[in-house]
Amino acid sequence: MSNSNIKKWYSDNFRQFEKLVESDSFNSLRKEALSKFELTEFPTKKDEEWKYTSISPILKHEFVPSPLSKKETSTISSIESFKIPNLDVHLLVFINGIYSKEFSNIGNLEEGIIIDSLFNQLKSNSDFINQYLSKKETIENSFSLLNTTFAYDGYVIYIPKNKIVNKPIHVLNIAADELSKPLIQPRNLIIAEQNSQAEIISEYVGKDKVENFTNIYTEISVDENANVRFYKVQNESDAAFHIDKTEIVQKDSSVFNHFSLSFGSKIARNDFNTKLDGENIELHLYGLYLGNDDQHIDHHTFIDHAKPNCESNELYKGILDDKAKGVFSGKILVNKIAQKTNAFQSNKSVLLSDEASIDAKPQLEIYADDVKCSHGATVGKLDEQAYFYIRSRGVPAEAARSMLIRAFVDDVISEINIEEFREKINHTIFEHLHREEF
Amino acid sequence: MSEEIREDIKIIEEHTGTEYKWGFVTEIDTDEFPKGLNEDIIRQLSEIKKEPEWMTEWRLKAYRHWLTMEEPNWAKVEHEKVDYQDIKYYAAPKKKPELESLDEVDPELLATFEKLGIPLEEQKRLSGVAVDAVFDSVSVATTFKETLAEKGIIFCSISEAIRNHPELVKKYLGSVVPQTDNYYAALNSAVFSDGSFVYIPKGVRCPMELSTYFRINAMDTGQFERTLIVADDNSYVSYLEGCTAPMRDTNQLHAAVVELVALENSEIKYSTVQNWFPGDKQGKGGIYNFVTKRGICKGNNSKISWTQVETGSAVTWKYPSCILQGDNSVGEFYSVAVTNNYQQADTGTKMIHLGKNTKSTIISKGISAGKSNNSYRGLVKVGKNAKNARNFSQCDSMLMGNNCGAHTFPYLEIDNNTAQVEHEATTSKVGEDQIFYLNQRGISTEDAVNMIVNGFCKEVFNELPMEFAVEAQKLLAISLEGSVG
Repeated sequence: MSNSNIKKWYSDNFRQFEKLVESDSFNSLRKEALSKFELTEFPTKKDEEWKYTSISPILKHEFVPSPLSKKETSTISSIESFKIPNLDVHLLVFINGIYSKEFSNIGNLEEGIIIDSLFNQLKSNSDFINQYLSKKETIENSFSLLNTTFAYDGYVIYIPKNKIVNKPIHVLNIAADELSKPLIQPRNLIIAEQNSQAEIISEYVGKDKVENFTNIYTEISVDENANVRFYKVQNESDAAFHIDKTEIVQKDSSVFNHFSLSFGSKIARNDFNTKLDGENIELHLYGLYLGNDDQHIDHHTFIDHAKPNCESNELYKGILDDKAKGVFSGKILVNKIAQKTNAFQSNKSVLLSDEASIDAKPQLEIYADDVKCSHGATVGKLDEQAYFYIRSRGVPAEAARSMLIRAFVDDVISEINIEEFREKINHTIFEHLHREEF
Repeated sequence: MSEEIREDIKIIEEHTGTEYKWGFVTEIDTDEFPKGLNEDIIRQLSEIKKEPEWMTEWRLKAYRHWLTMEEPNWAKVEHEKVDYQDIKYYAAPKKKPELESLDEVDPELLATFEKLGIPLEEQKRLSGVAVDAVFDSVSVATTFKETLAEKGIIFCSISEAIRNHPELVKKYLGSVVPQTDNYYAALNSAVFSDGSFVYIPKGVRCPMELSTYFRINAMDTGQFERTLIVADDNSYVSYLEGCTAPMRDTNQLHAAVVELVALENSEIKYSTVQNWFPGDKQGKGGIYNFVTKRGICKGNNSKISWTQVETGSAVTWKYPSCILQGDNSVGEFYSVAVTNNYQQADTGTKMIHLGKNTKSTIISKGISAGKSNNSYRGLVKVGKNAKNARNFSQCDSMLMGNNCGAHTFPYLEIDNNTAQVEHEATTSKVGEDQIFYLNQRGISTEDAVNMIVNGFCKEVFNELPMEFAVEAQKLLAISLEGSVG
């Protein structure tokens, strides 16, 4: 399907979609996005930012915006298997991108805190939402415009000044539509005001073989002295396509920890853009990606050090097997006035098979002199000496390999500070490494 | 403002104020083409150079392809658009007949070299370097030819080589950098006026460092040098290239192409000190240096090593690269790039690993001062069949003052799991504690900074041949010394 045909497909779908949302206050922005979308071409490998990721497989399908698909195809009987065992959370569940009241379970919240779906909030609290939604400066591309065009549901987390959310928030996005090819477009909003604190687990999972296209747009504000830990887990089906754009703005003395744990999807592309718009900010970006078969996992991170005295720390680790391909592009920009910046970046990948590959592009763009910045990237295979050592102690081949891999990813995993969740991730890694070939 | 800071600012101003020392124009007759470029100009150029038909065709093919290309704009540099029709594509010193000895060289020309501190005679006797001096575009003096000829080494201008060794030129010219490679390489292929040709026969170790001094002289003349070095099996050669240029107001274009071919067990070492006129303090004038340099390790166990010290040019666009095709071949890249005032440099390397057990090392040191921008851009590619490839890259940047920029854009493309690839980059400034320590030992701030910067670049300077290392340190001192707060 050609580029223009697929654009027309989405434009046509909008007419139908518009009937659903005509009345709400966000509609003018949707229309604006649509007109921009129609004028914008989907990125190709000729675009520097998409040099290593071809999205043409995504454009071959006619995905149906999930609010338009038929209700009966979107059923799911139980979500137990997706939950985090033994962990008490505020649970938000979205099935094919639509909020499910039935499965969600939001506990008691202190006054002022909002944990809700965007759909509900646009109905009941639209003035407030419109203050924040789509207000960040960003470079739009076809995918973010597509998301805005069909913005319908997603999660809204608002923590007012001096409030602390008493337990982790777990957002489960489940792609369950096996009949049609759903276009799932979560539009998420997180606002952490001064001195607030929260832990958020945002998880995208899919039933086996569901051919969905998840196109996420998340906006996160971390205000003065706020402390937010954000875990993103992507474990969609191997037939799924996953595009995520997250825009983060941090203010003075805030601390933000971002994790990207990527396991599933045929093609996964993540863009995490952080602006450190204040002083004494601390930012940590952790990433872990595991690729098998012909998976393609792409992470693009951009850290904009706009003000002085901030620190950013980035650690991304990848394991690629079979014909999987990894892409890492990390850019650190230090503005002229951002003196005393410390920015460190590290990307390490292990290739387990002859046909796995990685393209890495760690970049520094620095305009201030009194800074400490470094980046490092390594690519290699598992340490043969270490492997030999373990094997010589009588450990079977498969277990030895698992051990080494688990050890390799430990500096990312050990940063997860919710024990039950860490266990679950350990389990996911284990499952991923022990797929059919073992 | 503290006393110290004021002192430092004074030093910065003193040193960034250093005018380009070697800006002077030699008055000498040149025979020149009118401005502009078309097929006739190329034919004429080819005719003047008494080139055979195949060469003319080769040039025209490049020109026709060039017309279909667009100027690349991905580099992190900004400059005025070059008007390619406003350039004279040929200028040669008038005294044309080839010279046997230095006595026949225009005395004024010799005086120029003396001003530059490289008197040919001196050089000849003292350092044992054979100098193929290129003044503007045509070789005017070639020394030590006989010594080299005894060993079967061919070291001559490329025009001569086209006439006298067509079989070698035909075989290798354009084999590493094809005419169609990129915009500037295509342009160079169409209009290159002269350059050097080196052929080292099988089993010969070149007994001396080969060297050429380039110099832009005639007003508004683009320089399009073409260098081709072929090292046959089991041979070794070290080639030095260095340049200074007189002061100019309009930008001058320099689009050179250098090709290296290393056959089995051979080694080529290519060192450059580049000090084209960088423009004045306001960023006016200066050379545009758009160079394509590439070497291929064709045979097994071959080695190519690039060392460059880049202090000049207003805009630099240069990526000396190695294609590691032979098994066990080795590629190296050592670079110091210094930018000051409004200079912009986008430089780095490409290491393409194709053969088994290939190794590459990249050491790049960037220093930016004033309002300049200095970028490292590099690619390490490990192909599917490049078993056990090994790469180590280190790219360090140093910033002086907060009006400049230092950038690193490395690309790693790894398609083989036996590869071991490491990339490291750091950016920092000269440590106050380091300066303090040296001050405390009675060393002035200026000397201290010089020392620290020299130390920062040591790894690269160590790779330079002796006489070049001295010149490089001098250049660094002139370009930067003390410009740190």
